[in-house]
Amino acid sequence: MAVRSEVAEPVDDVPLHLREAEATGRSVTLKVWRGDPTGGELVSYEVPAQEGMVILDAVLWIQAHVDADLAVRWNCKAAKCGSCSAEINGFPRLMCKSRLDSFQGDITVTPMHTFPVIRDLVTDVSWNYEVNKQIPPFSPSEEDLKDPEPWRMQQEDVQRLTEFRKCIECFLCQDVCHVLRNHEQKDQYYGPRFMIRTATLEMHPKDSLDRRPMLKHKAGLGMCNITKCCYEVCPEHINITDNAIIPLKERVADEYFDPVRWAARKLTGDKRGRRPVRGMEDAPDQR
Amino acid sequence: MAEPAVNYDEVSTDVLVIGAGGAGMRGAIAAAQAGCRVQVVCKSLLGKAHTVMAEGGMAAALANVAKPDSWKTHFSDTMKGGKLLNNWRMAEIHAKEAPERVQELERWGAIFDRNAKGLIHQRSFGGHTYPRLAHIGDRTGLELIRSLQDKLVHSPGVDVHMEVTVTRLLVRDGRVCGALAYRRQDGGLVVYRAGAVLLASGGLGKIYRVTSNSWESTGDGTALAYHAGAILQDCEMVQFHPTGMIWPPGVRGLLVTEGVRGEGGLLRNSQGERFMEKYDPERMELSTRDVVARSINQEVLEGRGTPHGGAFLDISHKPADFIKSKLPSMWEQFHELADVDITKEPMEVAPTIHYAMSGVRVEPATGASNLAGLFAAGEVACGLHGANRLGGNSLSDLLVFGKRAGDAAAAFAQAGHKAVSWESGQLSEAIAYTLRPLTGEDGENPYQVHAELQDALTRHAPIIREEKGLRVGLGKVKELQERAARVAVASGGGRHFNPGWHASLDVQSMVDNAEALFVSAIERRESRGAHTRSDYPEPDEELGKVNFVVEKDGRELKLDAIAKEPIPDELMEVINSKWNTDYTRED
Ligand SMILES: Cc1cc2nc3c(=O)[nH]c(=O)nc-3n(C[C@H](O)[C@H](O)[C@H](O)COP(=O)(O)OP(=O)(O)OC[C@H]3O[C@@H](n4cnc5c(N)ncnc54)[C@H](O)[C@@H]3O)c2cc1C
Ligand code: SF4
Ligand code: SF4
Ligand code: FES
Repeated sequence: MAVRSEVAEPVDDVPLHLREAEATGRSVTLKVWRGDPTGGELVSYEVPAQEGMVILDAVLWIQAHVDADLAVRWNCKAAKCGSCSAEINGFPRLMCKSRLDSFQGDITVTPMHTFPVIRDLVTDVSWNYEVNKQIPPFSPSEEDLKDPEPWRMQQEDVQRLTEFRKCIECFLCQDVCHVLRNHEQKDQYYGPRFMIRTATLEMHPKDSLDRRPMLKHKAGLGMCNITKCCYEVCPEHINITDNAIIPLKERVADEYFDPVRWAARKLTGDKRGRRPVRGMEDAPDQR
Repeated sequence: MAEPAVNYDEVSTDVLVIGAGGAGMRGAIAAAQAGCRVQVVCKSLLGKAHTVMAEGGMAAALANVAKPDSWKTHFSDTMKGGKLLNNWRMAEIHAKEAPERVQELERWGAIFDRNAKGLIHQRSFGGHTYPRLAHIGDRTGLELIRSLQDKLVHSPGVDVHMEVTVTRLLVRDGRVCGALAYRRQDGGLVVYRAGAVLLASGGLGKIYRVTSNSWESTGDGTALAYHAGAILQDCEMVQFHPTGMIWPPGVRGLLVTEGVRGEGGLLRNSQGERFMEKYDPERMELSTRDVVARSINQEVLEGRGTPHGGAFLDISHKPADFIKSKLPSMWEQFHELADVDITKEPMEVAPTIHYAMSGVRVEPATGASNLAGLFAAGEVACGLHGANRLGGNSLSDLLVFGKRAGDAAAAFAQAGHKAVSWESGQLSEAIAYTLRPLTGEDGENPYQVHAELQDALTRHAPIIREEKGLRVGLGKVKELQERAARVAVASGGGRHFNPGWHASLDVQSMVDNAEALFVSAIERRESRGAHTRSDYPEPDEELGKVNFVVEKDGRELKLDAIAKEPIPDELMEVINSKWNTDYTRED
């Protein structure tokens, strides 16, 4: 098994914080799933541990020192881009946000289960991009669009949305949601990420569309039975169920059952005079 | 050269946009709105570009928090911050148009924090006379990316190819008319034929060991442009951000947003002194980045560094709720990755490579390069920021010049510049270059060459530079260039999502960028902005009147000095104006 490469030359003239990091002397066994759509297996690697090392560091160490072709998707290594999603000991996580020292014993790293494997830790997440395109985008009213003055909105109204706007599209919630993961009902439910997306649009003070028919029918809001698994894995700690899905469910109910209308409005800052989503007006009512 | 027997797909488009960061997406939207078919390609998935990491905000003289602000003050701040090496025309356009671009983004769905009047709130940042940065918490880049992404995918005529990397531009008679790329997913090659090409590929931070930049920042765009015959400018000018994380090693370089200081964070050395008093008593922590980075460097050199060789940055005197609402990702970043609670204890920080002021030399108003049909915008383009970029000026740069370059590329493609074919032999050469690392059996390890390159830059082109070191560095880079030409994927693995192959091509871009940096840094025998020379500690008035440029001459890199267009008197007056700082903030 591989040993750590020597540090090339003495580094005394380089300031402390710029030196090559030193290994701690400990090492960790990483079992990484390697394979392609036809199949694969776990491969063990011995990785020298550094202080504060994250799983992604370990995977990149393997790339640089053992198997250059180990496929992994990453970008920022700062938990900001949502590229490095995988399952660590079976739990959906960002590899760049998972510290090696937070696990005991061997660590297993496998690709997200819900999406087709491309190679090794990389999966094909293009379905999510297709779903996103189906959600009617931000649509302010004609009046607001024509307004020559800068828009005014209150911090309070904006604040509610900031939680949702934190979403980095890591698709870990999509990975864990049993509707998509175990039942493979991708044709019936857009998944938690896109409930967040829709909630942002629905609660935007300047948006004028009504996406409730879409939520009820095409997006399959009713498929969610509030297990809250999505919230548990969200690296941005977005309270997907309590703050987005449940209010959306109430909002949809609001359309169909009048008595709760006032409650939903209070919860979610409903706006009047929304236009229904084009093409969804005549969607069959499945009540 | 024999035609390699390889298959490739061909795609025709009016405007090819290379890059889907802020600049690329804004440019693509502009070109689509002008009626063009637009093909966007990017190395990673859509919405993951480096821009997503931007934290602090985007600078625009909206005058929401500080009434006296105007484009003039913003222009003056930008020019002074850049030590007048900036292209003044770009600085003027930027200051005038940034407010409109920010408001436009809001009308496309972006959400910003508000002031009490319900207008976009603006925060203070280094080098800006007034609070000027529109922001949402400390994740403004994500907001910009997501808003543009949603606008882009709903723009008619736009197609996006994700995880596709361009390896060569294709040229005919000095006109860029296409590009060769590979798909990560299956390793297939794609040839793009385009009426115009907009380069928006971002920066080059990965040439240094300690950087805030993402994986993508390997200087591909500047290398592509250089090999096609474009002129690169100010290659010595790279910005060290004063505050990167330094502990634990795994997170070294990770950015600590300037927003921390903007919200009241204080810098102290190991003796507890607020050392900025010595270096810039007026602006203190909110001095420009070049000054703060050098000051921290100096404190460490003089033995007043923190245990891991940096400075303390402390915001814990502010209420915990305030910190968590204004700087949520910073709180989380330190809590999760460094076991530090920034509401209770100071952070340890030191300078990290952050931004390339250098890049493709462009026409100020259009982003046109010296090659017909090639436009550039965003971090890959050069001119707006001069010798030092002010925080927040990049995100507004992306919007202002992304739009302008997109408009200009569309106009070029529509002005009868139909797609043409490249010169014969070019494509087969480009294909051979792209596939070569897959064939070399006992070639160099790309990761090793990359590590040595980072070492050379880290040692020989640090914050404080001197001739001898720069020359040693250049020598090393030349050797590394030869080795980079022999990199190969030792473990094989084929073309199907093979990072070893990708790294082999990235490192070849990086060595060429490094050569341009060293050559230009040697030539600028003065200290100006981000470029500090211990052997020439003062600015030199004459050198302030020129930009150093490099281009490819045969196989060699050629350096030249180009005289800057003098700043008109009336703008010089603006730059030297006194600004009213006696006003009431409207937070
Ligand atoms: C941590 C951090 C915080 C920052 N905070 C701020 C801030 O608060 N305010 C501010 O103004 N600026 C900030 N900046 C700077 C700013 O974010 C960047 O300068 C800016 O985002 C660059 O945008 P861009 O569109 O030019 O390129 P990028 O966002 O870097 O995008 C480049 C695109 O080009 C693609 N690409 C590259 N090479 C190729 C190739 N060969 N083939 C195909 N595609 C390619 C990439 O995939 C990517 O899509 C920050 C930077 C960092 C690192
Ligand atoms: S709460 Fe709903 S969306 Fe979330 S995981 Fe459970 S079923 Fe899926
Ligand atoms: S909601 Fe959370 S888990 Fe889901 S994609 Fe967004 S950031 Fe990831
Ligand atoms: S690499 Fe960006 S989130 Fe992990």
